[in-house]
Amino acid sequence: MEKRVVFNHRVLPYLLLAPQIVITLVFFIWPAVQALKQSVLLEDAFGLSSEFVWLDNFADLFGDPFYMASLWTTAVFSVSVALLALSAALYLAVQADRVVRGAMAYKTLLIWPYAVAPAVAGVLWLLLFSPALGLLPHLLRDVGYEWNHNVKGGQAMVLVVIAASWKQISYNFLFFLAGLQAIPRSLIEAAAIDGAGPARRFWTIVFPLLTPTTFFLLVINVVYAFFDTFGIIHSVTQGGPAGATNILVYKVFSDGFIGLDLGGSAAQSVVLMGIVIALTVVQFRYVERRVHY
Amino acid sequence: MRFPNRLTLAAALLATGAAAAPALAQTEIQWWHAMGGALGERVADIAAGFNATQSDYKVVPTNKGNYTENMTAGIAAFRSGKPPHILQVFEVGTATMMSAKGAVKPVYQLMAESGEAFDPKAYLSTVAGYYMDPDGNMLSMPFNSSTPVLYYNKDAFQKAGLDPDQPPKTWAEVAEAVKKTQAAGYPCGFTTAWQSWIQLENFSAWHNLPIGTKANGFGGLDTEFMINSQAHVKHIQQLADWQKDKTFVYGGRRNNGVALFNSGECVMLTESSAGYASVKKSAQFDFGTGMLPYWPDVGSPPQNTIIGGATLWVFDGHPADDYKGVAKFFTYLSSPEVQAEWHQGTGYLPITLGAYELSKQQGFYEKNPGTETALKQMTLNPPTENSRGLRFGNFVQIRDIINEELEAVWGGSKSAQQALDSTVERGNKLLRKFERASK
Repeated sequence: MEKRVVFNHRVLPYLLLAPQIVITLVFFIWPAVQALKQSVLLEDAFGLSSEFVWLDNFADLFGDPFYMASLWTTAVFSVSVALLALSAALYLAVQADRVVRGAMAYKTLLIWPYAVAPAVAGVLWLLLFSPALGLLPHLLRDVGYEWNHNVKGGQAMVLVVIAASWKQISYNFLFFLAGLQAIPRSLIEAAAIDGAGPARRFWTIVFPLLTPTTFFLLVINVVYAFFDTFGIIHSVTQGGPAGATNILVYKVFSDGFIGLDLGGSAAQSVVLMGIVIALTVVQFRYVERRVHY
Repeated sequence: MRFPNRLTLAAALLATGAAAAPALAQTEIQWWHAMGGALGERVADIAAGFNATQSDYKVVPTNKGNYTENMTAGIAAFRSGKPPHILQVFEVGTATMMSAKGAVKPVYQLMAESGEAFDPKAYLSTVAGYYMDPDGNMLSMPFNSSTPVLYYNKDAFQKAGLDPDQPPKTWAEVAEAVKKTQAAGYPCGFTTAWQSWIQLENFSAWHNLPIGTKANGFGGLDTEFMINSQAHVKHIQQLADWQKDKTFVYGGRRNNGVALFNSGECVMLTESSAGYASVKKSAQFDFGTGMLPYWPDVGSPPQNTIIGGATLWVFDGHPADDYKGVAKFFTYLSSPEVQAEWHQGTGYLPITLGAYELSKQQGFYEKNPGTETALKQMTLNPPTENSRGLRFGNFVQIRDIINEELEAVWGGSKSAQQALDSTVERGNKLLRKFERASK
C-alpha cells in the first residue's frame, strides 16, 4: 500500500506560492526597479521635466568626499550596533535563563523596548543626554566630563549607537532565550559532571549550539542597522554634528524626502541595496560555514 | 409587518440624503498646512471664521506634519493628480515652487481672474518682496512670517549691573555684557537658534552684504554663493573663538538652543520673533528683546533683516469656480482684523500695513513690550538687493550643508574660512543641479 501522499496537481503549487510572489513583486521588486530607473534620471520635484543623465547621479556621489565619509560612518555605526545589541542581548538571555524566581517578570521587562518606535526611542535617549536639560550630562559634569553631542561627533555616535542597540536588544534577547532553552540539559549536565566550569560550558557547548541563532541575528541586525535606524538619527542628531552620524540610509531619507532630490536619493538607495546584498552574500557564504546546525 | 417598516426606513434614509444635498453643493477648498498645536487651532479658527461669513465655499484645513512633510505631501499629491487647493510652503521652498510652472497658479493671476481687489502695496515690502517674480508680481500669499531678534535675560542684566532696558547693539557690546553676566554667576553668554538663517542669511542682509550673486538668486537660476567673504568669515570665526570662555555656546540645529536660554543658563539668544510666545511661557525670568547685534566695522549701518516662515501656494488644475473661493478666502485672510488677531496671538509678523496700524491703535505693543522690535527691525530701511530675501534652489539641502560645515567649525575640526569655502563650493554644485533640472 502506498502510504506517501502524492500531489499530482500541476497548478496547485503555483497557486499556493502566488500570494507570496505577488507580495514580493509589489513591495520589493517593483520599488527596487523604480529606484533603479529613478537613479539614472534628473528630475524636478514635481516630475514636470525629466532628463536621462546616464550615471551622473552615481558619479556625483562617488566624487563627493562627504559621501565617502558617510560610507565609513555607516560601517562604524552598523558594526557597533550589531556587536552591542548581540552581546548585550546574549548576556541578558544567559542570565534570564538561569533565573528561577520571577523569570517571567524579567523577560517581560526586557522585551518591552521592542515595542517602542525608533523615533520615540531616539527622543527618550536624547532627553537623557540633552546637554541643556538631560540628567546624564549633569552627572557627568560632576565627575569632570563635558558632554555635548551637539559639537562632539564621537559622543553623538555613541549616543545613536546606544539608542539604536537598546531598541534591538529585546528582539535579540527573545531569540537567544529561545535558542538557549532548546539546548538539551543533559549535555550541559554531562559537561558539569566532567568538571567543566560555567565559563567553559558556555564557550564549548552553549555558544557553538547557539550559532544558528547568532548567525540569523547577525544578518537581521546588520540589515536593521543599515535600514531601520533613520528614525533614531532623525530625532537625535539629524546626521550631525558635521556629518558625524550621517549614515547612508539617513542621507537617502534627507536628500529624497526633505531635499526632494529624487535622482540623487535613488542613486544612493541603489548603492545601499548593493551593499546589503553583498554583505548578505558574504555572510551566507563565509560566516555560515562556521555555523553548526 | 416587517416589510413596510423597511420601506419607511428606506424613505427616511432618502429623506436624510435629500436634506444633506444642499450642503454638498458647497464647494470644498482643501488647505494643507504645517501648523501644529496651538498654531493649528488658530488656523482652524481662521478657516471657521471664513466659512461663517458665506455659504458657497468651505475651507477645510488639514495638518500634514511639519514644513518639509507638508511640502513633500503636497508635491506627492500633485504627482498623483490630487493636489490640495492651497499648500503652505516655507520660505526656502520658494524657488522649488516657483520653478514648477504649470503646477502652481500665481496669486496675482488668481486674484485678477476672480475679480478680487488685490494690492501688493498693502503688504509689508520686506514680506511681499520675498515672494515676487522679477516683474513685481506676487506669486504666493504671505501667511506667517517672522524675523530673528535678540532675546536677553533682564534679571541677569540687573544682577550684573547692566541697564536692563538697554540690550547690546553691537557684537562688541554683547561680549562686554557677557563678561559682566559671567562675573555675576551666569556661565553661558549667548546661544543661537537656526544658525544658517540667523548667523549667515540674516547676518548678510543686516550688514547689506550679498548672500549670492544675481541679487541673492532673485535675478536668475545661475546664481552663486558669496557667504565666504571676509566679513562672514570674521563673524563665524569670532563665534567659534567665543566658545572657549563660553561667551557663545552652540545649542544644536533648528531651535534647540532656545532651551539653554529658557533654563536661564545662557543670558542672550538670537531666535525667531515667532518664538516669543514659547519663551514667555517657559522662561522663569523677566526678558526683553532687541535688534540683532551688528559689526560697525563692516562698514554699513544696520540695513534690515529678512523673513522666515511660510506662504500659501495655489495648485493649478482645479475647476475654475474653486478658485473664486480661494481668492475670496485670501481676501478674508489679508483683512486687517484677521491679520491683527493672528499676529497678536502667535507672534508672527502682521503681513499687511493695515494690520500693523490696527495693532498699534489697539495698544498691543504697549501692553506687550518687545513684540514690536521685529517689525521695527524689518522696516528699518527700504530693502536693497542684498536684504530683500533669497531665492536658491535645493536650499533645504544646502541649509543642511551649512549646518554640517558650521558644526565642523564649532567642533574645531575646521576654521571658519575652510568651512565657508567648502560650503560655497558644495552649495554651488547643488545650485547647478537645480538649474539643470529646472530647465
